[in-house]
Amino acid sequence: MRFPGIDGRQPLGLKTVLRPKSATPLDRLFIEAESVILGKRHQLRLAVTCLLAGGHLLIEDLPGVGKTTLAHLLARLFGLQFQRVQFTSDLLPADITGASIFERESGTFSFHPGPVFTQLLLADEVNRATPKTQSALLEAMEERQVTVDGRTRPLPVPFFVVATQNPASQLGTFDLPESQLDRFLMRIHLGYPGPEAEHELLRGRDRRSMLADMEPVLDTRSLQELQAQVDAVFVSDALVAYVQALLEHTRSSGEYGVGLSPRAGLALLRAGRAWALLDGRKAVLPEDIQAVLPPVATHRLHITGGSSEDRTAAMERLLTAVPVP
Amino acid sequence: MFGLRHASRHRDAVTQLLPHRTLALLLLTLSAVALPHVLRLPWWISLGFVVCAAWRYLVAVRGLRLPTRGLLLLTTCVAMVGIFLTYGTLLGLDAGVAILTAMLGLKLLELRRRRDTNVTLYLGYFLIVTQLLYVQSLPMFAYMLLLVWAMTTLLISANRPGGGQAPLEHARLAGTMLLQAIPIMLVVFLLFPRLPGPLWSMPDTDRTATSGLSDSMEPGSISDLSLSDAVAFRVEFDDTPPLPRERYWRGPVLPEYDGRQWQQPKESHPVLPVLEPLAGEIRYTVTLEPHNRRWLIALDMPLQMDVSARVNSEYHVSSDQRISNRVRYSAVSARNYRLGAELHDDSLDRYRELPEGSHPRAQALATDWLQQADGAEDLIRIALTHFREQPFHYTLQPPLMPDDPVDEFLFEHRRGFCEHYASAFTVLMRAAGVPARVVTGYQGGEINPSGGYMIVRQSDAHAWSEVFVEGDGWRRVDPTGWVAPERIESGLADALEDPAGLSLLSRREASWGRSLQLRWDAVNAAWDRWVLAYGPELQAQLLQRFGLAGWRDALLLMTGTVIVLLLLVALVLFLPRHRRGPDPAADAWERFCRKLARAGLQRAPHEGPKDYTERVAARRPDLATAVREVANRYVASRYQPPDTESDHLRALQRSVAAFRVDGR
Repeated sequence: MRFPGIDGRQPLGLKTVLRPKSATPLDRLFIEAESVILGKRHQLRLAVTCLLAGGHLLIEDLPGVGKTTLAHLLARLFGLQFQRVQFTSDLLPADITGASIFERESGTFSFHPGPVFTQLLLADEVNRATPKTQSALLEAMEERQVTVDGRTRPLPVPFFVVATQNPASQLGTFDLPESQLDRFLMRIHLGYPGPEAEHELLRGRDRRSMLADMEPVLDTRSLQELQAQVDAVFVSDALVAYVQALLEHTRSSGEYGVGLSPRAGLALLRAGRAWALLDGRKAVLPEDIQAVLPPVATHRLHITGGSSEDRTAAMERLLTAVPVP
Repeated sequence: MFGLRHASRHRDAVTQLLPHRTLALLLLTLSAVALPHVLRLPWWISLGFVVCAAWRYLVAVRGLRLPTRGLLLLTTCVAMVGIFLTYGTLLGLDAGVAILTAMLGLKLLELRRRRDTNVTLYLGYFLIVTQLLYVQSLPMFAYMLLLVWAMTTLLISANRPGGGQAPLEHARLAGTMLLQAIPIMLVVFLLFPRLPGPLWSMPDTDRTATSGLSDSMEPGSISDLSLSDAVAFRVEFDDTPPLPRERYWRGPVLPEYDGRQWQQPKESHPVLPVLEPLAGEIRYTVTLEPHNRRWLIALDMPLQMDVSARVNSEYHVSSDQRISNRVRYSAVSARNYRLGAELHDDSLDRYRELPEGSHPRAQALATDWLQQADGAEDLIRIALTHFREQPFHYTLQPPLMPDDPVDEFLFEHRRGFCEHYASAFTVLMRAAGVPARVVTGYQGGEINPSGGYMIVRQSDAHAWSEVFVEGDGWRRVDPTGWVAPERIESGLADALEDPAGLSLLSRREASWGRSLQLRWDAVNAAWDRWVLAYGPELQAQLLQRFGLAGWRDALLLMTGTVIVLLLLVALVLFLPRHRRGPDPAADAWERFCRKLARAGLQRAPHEGPKDYTERVAARRPDLATAVREVANRYVASRYQPPDTESDHLRALQRSVAAFRVDGR
């Protein structure tokens, strides 16, 4: 499978030749996606990578840069059931998971599933809820099931959480606990659009109505097929050695408070596989790992504080410090 | 149809066993192994070997058939019979080497499986070792090391399924392995029990050609020797070396005379004369080249030698065995001495014997001198004066004196070499009734500035006389020194009227070639001294330092040390290793990156193959196709799942080797 003209590592604005007629579903998906979210090709690819890898996505940015639109867009394009929960400080766990309610007619308790019973859950401004509520969500993410009143109920398949988060400096937020941050496969930033993209955005149609008009490009089955292909992408010993070298560097260089865990290593390989598949390859290259390292690793390395530029620079240092074996 | 298919399958099997290049290398190396033996082998074995090698090559290249087992068996029997007829035996060194060479050649026609290749190579190793039984020189040793390296390379190549790496890689691996084997080699060299005497009788054929003083002397025997610049022996002095005129190296003493030839006595006289050292002890160490006779050399007059030797009543020192290997011994000599002063003139009649009626004119001259002389000392003086005042010439090319070598020399030609003077002088003394004998040996020697030792060559061979003076004992008289004093003071070349016949080394002119020769001699001397001289005696000394004795202890120590060494290696191998084994794809990629780096397109250490080649392609569009090809193959062989269909690694190595930054 090849996806001509799609290469997220190319700088923005580089003209690529698209061939819509012969394009594969993934090609069409990116064409559609880029018509809504303008000038964010790399972030879009990372988001799709995350989904193909079966991971949850955390989008961290200021309000109003398109976080919600992105989540919504992904659900539409992949043809997934979509639920949105706006997290607030008074949101309770049961508001997410659902609750058993006594029905007077039958005289029994019946379970009313919460918004978590969906295929793609958008947890908007997840850091505005209390830790207790956050925990309920994170548990569902990890276990892919919900236990209410002693009964365990599986969540639909596939199940994705796209959480958005305001930068911690904003008022009225509860930071996600560090131990729970790595439930998310990736954390990405959208950032402000470039001037051209912003111009087009401001002149263009309303995003919401665009989304409403949008037809799904993929369905659940084809998504699962793609996920199976991700599993089949080959990882060589040499590549594992590179990933190990990266992990080892974060542990021994002293630059990071806590080094990357083995789980982070697995996440890197998983994301790398999906990224390689998007690039039309059947084997992971060091470049794939390098591409997915910043979104996979920053939130696990506890590089708290500092601007997003600082974090990018830290990732840059990590990448340049470790030679490709 | 059936036969054809069979033949092609057969050819495939043979080609698969060894790639053509490896086979060609194998045949070349084995020929090089057999090469030094060629002169010693019967011609038909050498020819047969070449035929076998050529046949084997044609089998691989042209698809010729290998001979059937029956034919091979027949050829083997014929070769055995041939060897038996040539040597008269199938045992012994020469016949053994011949059998080994013949078998090696025939085994080449039996290379069907990997095991055959290995057996052939082991045979080859063995044949290499047999060279040492003939020649132990440094160049031969270097040649053998080279061959061992080549053989080990081939052993690796032959046992790597599918080849895979380039022969150069194998050569490097073989070199590493041999270097790693050095500690064990040293242990075995030092400690393998060395038993005195050869384990099997060495052939004498090779040794008879060795030159040196013989046990007898007749006109021409020493002047022949003087033409050779071969080293007779080397000497290291503990202190300052003696002056040139003191450098008389005592060899065989020849008292028996038959009118032409001087010889050693049939049996030693039982009474050993007393040697009384007067002054000037000199300590030194001699490394004597093999000469296949028994005599040992020592500075006149030896007091002590730490080698098992006997001295006879003429003070001729000889070894118990023939000197067929280089011997090294230290000795003490006295510059001034009195030998046999206690002897009475009357007991020395055997030193006055002359054959009945020989040399009538010399006898007459001696009788004439006897009348005017007063005692032995006076006679010596008269005789030497005669040599000095008459027109005698010192020459390497004396005329033939077939009838009476002494009379013709003394009264007609007056041209002769040292043996003529020594012989004539001794005859004159004996004719005058004074006990006298001929002493042969060497006179002179040259200090090698590169090694600080003295080289004495065959061209320094010399003969002089010893005359008995009542009350004073045996006295050395060298009549040559009175005719040609330069011979004694500065060597043969200065003394001869026409030294052109002498070889370069004997001529002692300072020249570039000569100084190189001296340096080479110093290297050889060191090789002799530090490697070849290590025999049973030195090993015993070494063992004594460790408090061990006997070859059993040596064997135990050797085995123990080797086991400890191997255990250490095993320990190192079992320790966790951080570095992975060499990855040929990564090596090829490194080479590729180095080629580009030389053109200023350095790869950043963290740059992956795709990023790097795209960057290079953007900078150098002319290289884009080539670098992308290399990158694809590198990715295929390093990061993609192993592919059974195509050999990406080979392709990678080829394209890296072919890659040129300048485009052409």
